[in-house]
Amino acid sequence: MTETNIILEAKGITKNFPGVLANDNVNFDLRQGEIHALLGENGAGKTTLMNIIYGLYRPDSGEMRVDGKPVIIHSAKDSIALGIGMVHQHFMLIPVFTVAENIMLGDETVKRGVLDRKGVAAKVAALSHQYGLDVDSLALVGQLPVGLQQRVEIVKTLYRDAHILILDEPTAVLTPQEADDLFRIMRELAGRGVSIIFITHKLKEVLAVADRITVMRGGHVVNTVTPAETDEPRLASMMVGRQVILTVEKGASEPKEKALEVKDFKVNSQRGLETVHGISFDVRGGEILGIAGVQGNGQTELVEALTGLRAPTGGAVHFDGQEVTGSMPRAMTEIGLAHIPEDRQRHGLVLSYTVADNMVLCDYYHPPFGVRGIIQQTALDENARRLIQAYDVRTPSPYVPVSKLSGGNQQKVIVARELSRPVKLVIANQPTRGLDVGSIEYIHSVIVKMRDNGAAVLLVSAELDEIMALSDRIAVMYRGHIVAIVNVKEATREQIGLWMAGAQAASV
Amino acid sequence: MELKRFGFIAAIIVVLFSVVVLIGSSQSSPLVIIGSMIATTIAVATPLTLGALSGLYCERAGVVNIGIEGMMLAAAFFGWLASIYMNSIFGWAALPSLIGGVFFAIFTGGLFALLHAVLSITFKVDQIIGGTVINILAIGVTGFLNRQMFFEKGSIFGGNVPHAPGTLPSLAKAIDSLCNGGCGGLVNSISGSVIDQKPIALLAILLVAFTHYVLFYTRWGLRTRAVGEHPRAADTVGINVQRMRYANVIIGGLMAGLGGAYFTLESVPSFEPLMTNGRGFIALAAMIFGNWTPFGAWAAALVFGASQAMQINLQIFRESIPPQLAILQISYIVGLTPYILTMLILTGIIGKTTPPAADGVPYEK
Repeated sequence: MTETNIILEAKGITKNFPGVLANDNVNFDLRQGEIHALLGENGAGKTTLMNIIYGLYRPDSGEMRVDGKPVIIHSAKDSIALGIGMVHQHFMLIPVFTVAENIMLGDETVKRGVLDRKGVAAKVAALSHQYGLDVDSLALVGQLPVGLQQRVEIVKTLYRDAHILILDEPTAVLTPQEADDLFRIMRELAGRGVSIIFITHKLKEVLAVADRITVMRGGHVVNTVTPAETDEPRLASMMVGRQVILTVEKGASEPKEKALEVKDFKVNSQRGLETVHGISFDVRGGEILGIAGVQGNGQTELVEALTGLRAPTGGAVHFDGQEVTGSMPRAMTEIGLAHIPEDRQRHGLVLSYTVADNMVLCDYYHPPFGVRGIIQQTALDENARRLIQAYDVRTPSPYVPVSKLSGGNQQKVIVARELSRPVKLVIANQPTRGLDVGSIEYIHSVIVKMRDNGAAVLLVSAELDEIMALSDRIAVMYRGHIVAIVNVKEATREQIGLWMAGAQAASV
Repeated sequence: MELKRFGFIAAIIVVLFSVVVLIGSSQSSPLVIIGSMIATTIAVATPLTLGALSGLYCERAGVVNIGIEGMMLAAAFFGWLASIYMNSIFGWAALPSLIGGVFFAIFTGGLFALLHAVLSITFKVDQIIGGTVINILAIGVTGFLNRQMFFEKGSIFGGNVPHAPGTLPSLAKAIDSLCNGGCGGLVNSISGSVIDQKPIALLAILLVAFTHYVLFYTRWGLRTRAVGEHPRAADTVGINVQRMRYANVIIGGLMAGLGGAYFTLESVPSFEPLMTNGRGFIALAAMIFGNWTPFGAWAAALVFGASQAMQINLQIFRESIPPQLAILQISYIVGLTPYILTMLILTGIIGKTTPPAADGVPYEK
């Protein structure tokens, strides 16, 4: 390719947030019809760069060129006018609107004062036919599966004649098959001249689909490479800045007695609809049972009901042979449950409390921390210093509010609190979501260590790689059912992906 | 809206009407009673309908407005005051003064809504608190000015309360005066019929249909609902969320202002402190019960209107109330009906209602 078909160019972009240099003299260019992956960990500056390109932030310095002409983008409106479209990680769709209404919003056609719904539907049909995106313009968006909602987002940008498409972590919510489908669509679009910026932190995807890869770390561009001249380990070390062990080292499991037995378990969601439909499984001491599944298939409700945060509506749970169905969280904690919750900031920590206080949330009320209703500061202090050291929590002092810590260190505070107690069962829901590679490595090793010490581990994760790497057995959840339970040695990614998409165990 | 909800509304109205028809049957024919009940229902539902539309514009755009009560009260007072000024100080005729008063009431509603918009959209004050501020402010300002201007020694009108210019004419009278008495046949056929309503009552019904059209068939409505459901999504396609919210809150204020004008310029020719008497809150209940749709809200407003019409008619037929139902002779008890209905309806007897997803949530970029 020649220099002339560079369609978008960012030069020397610098953006300072109070205390953080989010982009430091970043250079980035996009050629016509290419898929250019932007790879980096959380906080590497990818999102800041994209928000600058999309006009949501103004850079402190640097210049942008679109089609060779210098531009200043003040708002999303400007970027849309320049043909830039963005599919956000959290979809910008209105669930109660139809597909057509969502697509035309902000760019409506009106006939004699009335919205031209038919005209829009026709244009949407034409577009989706042209690019092989199959969307029904009369469907309510809230009733579509996530993969289709994402297509609606893509059509929304094409409807606005976007020829530069930014996809922000588009595969985070997809099953492997849906992701493959997305890659097919991306290639189709690129083949028709659309240029795509693909933001991700997943190495496999980048190698599978990108034409060029730009790696960012700490606000800098580390390098721009092609898939042919690199591989996963090299990309990972560029991302992290050191050698990374991508595989989890773990020996064979030695399963013992059943620690957790769940039978015909039923749970309702917040809205009163049954979202877990009578599922059964067990977890033995010394093994990790991974629950795979796309987010929102009942995992949250299942974990909440098992840990006592939500009342189940049916079925039974036995813990070490003792019935604990619907027990309160404190009762569960006292008999040996450690819970690493899905939303660490809402359910795992009291953000305004200090690190030391957060480390005793499970047992502040009995000795040595609470004596006759009085908190023992010395014991708290000692406990905090010991755990901070043992779990490598990076904090200036035990007495800073936990909200000041990074996500990885916040998660370590929870892990330290939960796993430093005598524990027979660990329930970890999305334990590494949003963490940097270093913290992920660490949390994974701790989970494996708990297993080796004889604890039963129930691991819930939407990251199939994580499930495959850690689990001894894998259960796949789909729409509130467990569709299959397999031994990890007999499982393949493809097979589990099919189950995650709802294929029945018998039919495949 | 779901059939079940409309069925429930129809059932309540039938029950309320039947009570009056049964009790009044010894004095008047059922048809006459039903006709008069319908006419009264539509009339007294007017401020509820307009209040509910006021809430609709605000909440569909994502701003909770519990200040409708205050907006209506302030509009009732200032619209009335303006009509007095126009009539007795500027020497305008009665009808132009009344119409001028209505416009001033609408303007007042808009002004109070602007205050709510500034508090809740620009300063992101808790919207319940912002609405409460409006309610308290309206009670204080209208009560204070009413006393100071009319009843204190040495006040502007002290001791010499000027004559208010009356109330707006009904449809039949208006046509009659427009034709200078030349359309006797038309006037006779309208006069005394159900559609012989006063102008704000008729306008309220037109505004229900108009609001439905605006919300669901126009660009404005699509964008309004978008900022009320998912403001960030609207922002990313270039819609100015703050501006849409400001505009809709102010339109809501204009509706409440017209609703306020009903009290002092259409219903009775005078102002009393606290005269809105909770209608703004009942209107809000009607909007919720109508599941944030104009026609649903109107139907719910008619239920409350019917219960008030029952109260008014029972007073007329007081003598005929059988001794077993003596409780209905106590007007306090009957007068409680709209409020009891509000409570029952808000407990969610008829299924769940779904507010706009971003209702009450300030938008932070």
